[in-house]
Amino acid sequence: MTVQLHQPSEIQRGRIAYRRKQAIRSVLLAALSTAVIGAVLVVLVTGAPGWDRVKQSFFDPDVAREYLPAILEGLWLNIRLFVVCAVCALALGLVIAILRTLRGPVFFPVRALATAYTYSFRGLPLIIVIYLFAFGIPGLRLQGTPSVTVLGGAALVITYGAYLAEVIRSGIESVHPSQVAAARSLGLSYRQAMRHVVLPQAVRRSAPPLLNDTVAMQKDVGLISLAGPIDAIRAAQIGVASDANFTPYVVAGVLFVLLALPLIGVTDFVTLRAARRQNAGT
Amino acid sequence: MVLSCQDVRKTFGANVVLDGLTLDVGEHEVVALIGASGSGKSTLLRCVNLLAEIDDGTIRLDGEDITDPRINPDAVRQKIGLVFQSYNLFPHMTVLDNITLAPVRVHKRPVAEAREQAHEWLKRVGLADKAGAYPDRLSGGQQQRVAIVRALVNNPRLLLLDEVTSALDPELVGEVLTMIRDLKGDGMTMVLATHEMGFARQVADRVAFLDKGKVLEEGPPAQVLGEPVEPRTRQFLARIIEAGRL
Repeated sequence: MTVQLHQPSEIQRGRIAYRRKQAIRSVLLAALSTAVIGAVLVVLVTGAPGWDRVKQSFFDPDVAREYLPAILEGLWLNIRLFVVCAVCALALGLVIAILRTLRGPVFFPVRALATAYTYSFRGLPLIIVIYLFAFGIPGLRLQGTPSVTVLGGAALVITYGAYLAEVIRSGIESVHPSQVAAARSLGLSYRQAMRHVVLPQAVRRSAPPLLNDTVAMQKDVGLISLAGPIDAIRAAQIGVASDANFTPYVVAGVLFVLLALPLIGVTDFVTLRAARRQNAGT
Repeated sequence: MVLSCQDVRKTFGANVVLDGLTLDVGEHEVVALIGASGSGKSTLLRCVNLLAEIDDGTIRLDGEDITDPRINPDAVRQKIGLVFQSYNLFPHMTVLDNITLAPVRVHKRPVAEAREQAHEWLKRVGLADKAGAYPDRLSGGQQQRVAIVRALVNNPRLLLLDEVTSALDPELVGEVLTMIRDLKGDGMTMVLATHEMGFARQVADRVAFLDKGKVLEEGPPAQVLGEPVEPRTRQFLARIIEAGRL
């Protein structure tokens, strides 16, 4: 079978030509407005009376080059810590979310504890949790107290676990009750219905917000510098202190942004895919 | 009797949905429940499947009181199939996985055997090529046929059908009704809530007209649909004829 190539009619050719003209006009307009706004911004910043001083103390290329290796080395700690903490926080969140949905009188204390946990740790500022863990726990002088890095990581996991638990729980609750009814009508127990029908759908639905929280966690990993370990921010701080120049902070900031980009890209992709699937119908 | 409902009462707050309903269903019998929306058809089916707890009365399955709180509801549901108006297939599973979930997880049958049985059923209902498809790729009629197969592979003693064609486009109703007619030929015991009076007349051994939570009139389809005794039944059927559904 040969596919007949459709010849557009006179009127359709006219429409195509008009649309093409409009498209070119849009691109030109976008380029022009970008250039104007960019120029205004550059003039505004570089024309500011204090620009030379700011440039010296925040954007000094020599200082940047001097401290880059130390900051990169610190960043490696951030990356390792982030991967371990993200996995642990997801696991913790999943467990807490499931505990909160358990029914029956036997589980009342478990449910209550899980609820109390998500309520308190979502309210508690991360910095305070890090201080409590990194300085409070060693203060007990117990045998085998882990290092400050591990304690700081634990503070992150416990704080973020509370957020992730709520995201997963809202995912569980967004699964329509008719799905549970269908599963139970087939003879599945509550646990089996949860495991095979509700959770897979809940995790899929909560993937975009989960990833978004993970992006937030990636930069908050830097807060453990407050507890003492030499991560990227701590390394930058040392540079700032010894050279009286803020450039190392800028370097660390740029590195954090670069580090976040891939994960942000994945989050956008997953969100877009989820939205497209939703629009495709149930 | 496969199913025996005795003086069943079910309320939602102040709303009395089932008010002393009594209904028996014998082996291989097909009973059609008809009645206006809110007359309690769907609620009765949910109560029989223990998805809703009754407030009084007794429901027996093969003589066993399944409304006794000491009974294991999962074990009861394994013997009763329920098909929903909105199909309720699991959207994250393929057609094949939807069908084999209960045989494998509940009845602990070998995966290969469950799949083979599922393929046989799919072939029988003309969906052999859809085994690997996800529910959102299927038409409403195809989804409903899969949902019926999903209930059947558990070899239920009793199949409950809750307005299984109400969500379908008119041209897709036929394929689902044909399947139910075939099941009757197999001797499946069924209770179906329906708005399809023509279908009830063809396939049901008995029609029960529900009104205000009670069976107001029951008997052979020709009698209940043709020469109803109760004025309420006549009124209901007159409205249905007016709407062009008989």
